[in-house]
Amino acid sequence: MTVSRDLMRHVHGWLLLTPAAILLIAFTHYPMVATLIDSFYSKGSAIRPSRFVGLGNYDSMMADPIFWKVLVNNMWFALGTIPVSIALAISMAMLVNQTLPGRSFLRMAYFTPTILPMIAVANIWLFFYSPYIGLIDQIAGWFGLPGHNWLGDPDTVLPAIIVMTIWKEAGFFMIFYLAALQHIPPELREAARLEGATRWYFFRRVLFPLLMPTTLFVLINAVLNSFKLVDHLFVLTKGGPDNASNLLLYYIFESAFSYFDTNYAATLTVVLLALLAVMALAQFFVLDRRIHYR
Amino acid sequence: MPGIEIRNLVKQWEAFRAVDDVSFDVPQGSLTVLLGPSGCGKSTILRMIAGLEDVSDGTVAIGGRDITRQDAAQRGVSMVFQSYALFPHLNVRENILFGLKVRRVAKADQETRLAEAAALVGLEELLDRMPAKLSGGQRQRVALARTIVSSQPVCLMDEPLSNLDAKLRAEMRDEIHRLQRKLKLTMVYVTHDQTEAMSMADEVVLLKDGRIEQIGPPAALYETPETAFAARFLGMPPMNVMPMDKFSERTGLGGMVPDAPANWRLGVRPEKIHISEQGLPVVVDAVDYMGAETVLRVHSGPLELMARIDGRALVEPGDELRLSWAPADIHMFDDRGKRRDLDRSETN
Repeated sequence: MTVSRDLMRHVHGWLLLTPAAILLIAFTHYPMVATLIDSFYSKGSAIRPSRFVGLGNYDSMMADPIFWKVLVNNMWFALGTIPVSIALAISMAMLVNQTLPGRSFLRMAYFTPTILPMIAVANIWLFFYSPYIGLIDQIAGWFGLPGHNWLGDPDTVLPAIIVMTIWKEAGFFMIFYLAALQHIPPELREAARLEGATRWYFFRRVLFPLLMPTTLFVLINAVLNSFKLVDHLFVLTKGGPDNASNLLLYYIFESAFSYFDTNYAATLTVVLLALLAVMALAQFFVLDRRIHYR
Repeated sequence: MPGIEIRNLVKQWEAFRAVDDVSFDVPQGSLTVLLGPSGCGKSTILRMIAGLEDVSDGTVAIGGRDITRQDAAQRGVSMVFQSYALFPHLNVRENILFGLKVRRVAKADQETRLAEAAALVGLEELLDRMPAKLSGGQRQRVALARTIVSSQPVCLMDEPLSNLDAKLRAEMRDEIHRLQRKLKLTMVYVTHDQTEAMSMADEVVLLKDGRIEQIGPPAALYETPETAFAARFLGMPPMNVMPMDKFSERTGLGGMVPDAPANWRLGVRPEKIHISEQGLPVVVDAVDYMGAETVLRVHSGPLELMARIDGRALVEPGDELRLSWAPADIHMFDDRGKRRDLDRSETN
């Protein structure tokens, strides 16, 4: 009696678990394992079938100058976008959290870049950056400044993409900060004000620490986003010129679908996943200990 | 010295006047309670004294110095908020020291003041706790300690006890009162609770709709209320305020119901009403036995009133009795609710 009832309990448990498990295994876990296995095989072709090469793909990756360039680009991209967009997001959230006329319009305006499709955003900025006829060059022309091919110059292409990404991300992160700010009781500011705390002191000692849970969440998202960027590059630069704006995920896409080297793409994917996992865990464990959750 | 003088204070929110021409003084070292129902403007007045709210008109002076437009931090006031306003990410020690750190007080001085304040409110053991791990009463003590270390001569309290249960409220009430006297603080205390006002105040400022109804020591407010509102706001159960025209039969009541215009009202405190051989004939509607006293709710024709009888009254709902009161215990209010004192000759 008890044995069969125990058994039924397990069966029920597994039955409830199965639908979600099937989806997770089929679309997340199996592809991850398959990618890992693929990365140990050579590129196959009609005459030379794919064979096991161990860490061979990793060796050639280490020797691949484009891989290193893309990785360094990605690092600059992350360093260029994340701190600025977080700082902007906090300032914008603090601005629209005050009572000022047109507040809801301002909130909406800040959030607009986020709801636009990425391809549309990239097209808008493609116009901004166009040499001579683009918005930036036209405005620069009024001041007598010469035109510049922003996306065609290896020195300016990555900063140009960074500016656009900040424009897109800051409004999105602002929403999270705004929600967090609205949960901070106004008496805290008043209590600090009575003690003579300046706005900056209050921000540094009270507001920012209380926003830390949000900052951690936003930071992890921002890091993931900076390694996930593909669509803008696709429209704007295709990673060029000379890989000056190429980022890791776009390079994976190129390897797999332009050069048809899926095994090398698998290798790069494993590296990308490992990088993201390490960074997310590091942020989580290092910062989490210093964060106060209410 | 650091007494507070409020002159013709006004707070206007667009068309709405939250505080309307309010003037009063708080002598140095005394405790003044701003009392009134919710929405009467008492918290707004407190916030204007603190400098957290702009003053529309009038002046606030502390220690003879006009501070109406001065920055909140320069006014020499500390404040305890209804929600305590503790910083949730700082422990008790850091919460108490917050203001001293802002003002860059020397480290050694910080420590002695912290130790003193913690000892005064009994927080020595809890300095490393986070606010979330404290009980309501302990949080209240942290807020008090923060006020004490600030050593500001003026202390403002905005309904500090309203988040506590009844027993703790009585305890903290005594403690705040004890601290106020011990540290000789000039305190303005906002509450809607008449018990807090009666037991703590040196002076009560009773407010209604942004205006002052009456100012005076608790006993004066209780014994000679200036308006019908003041009469009914203080006292449990409240004073019976009865329209003159509802006394159908005046004969045989002697001095209990004086001659007065029909639109005036007659007030008698429930505890001044006695069961007697002669007087107003009433029917008992309900008997509330409270232990030390019994509250009778009775009616006499269209007139409803309450009487507070010492001990246990041996009456039942439905009983018919006669109630009486002494002419000296009568309060008369005119048609606008203002107190009118009758001449002796008139009352007889």
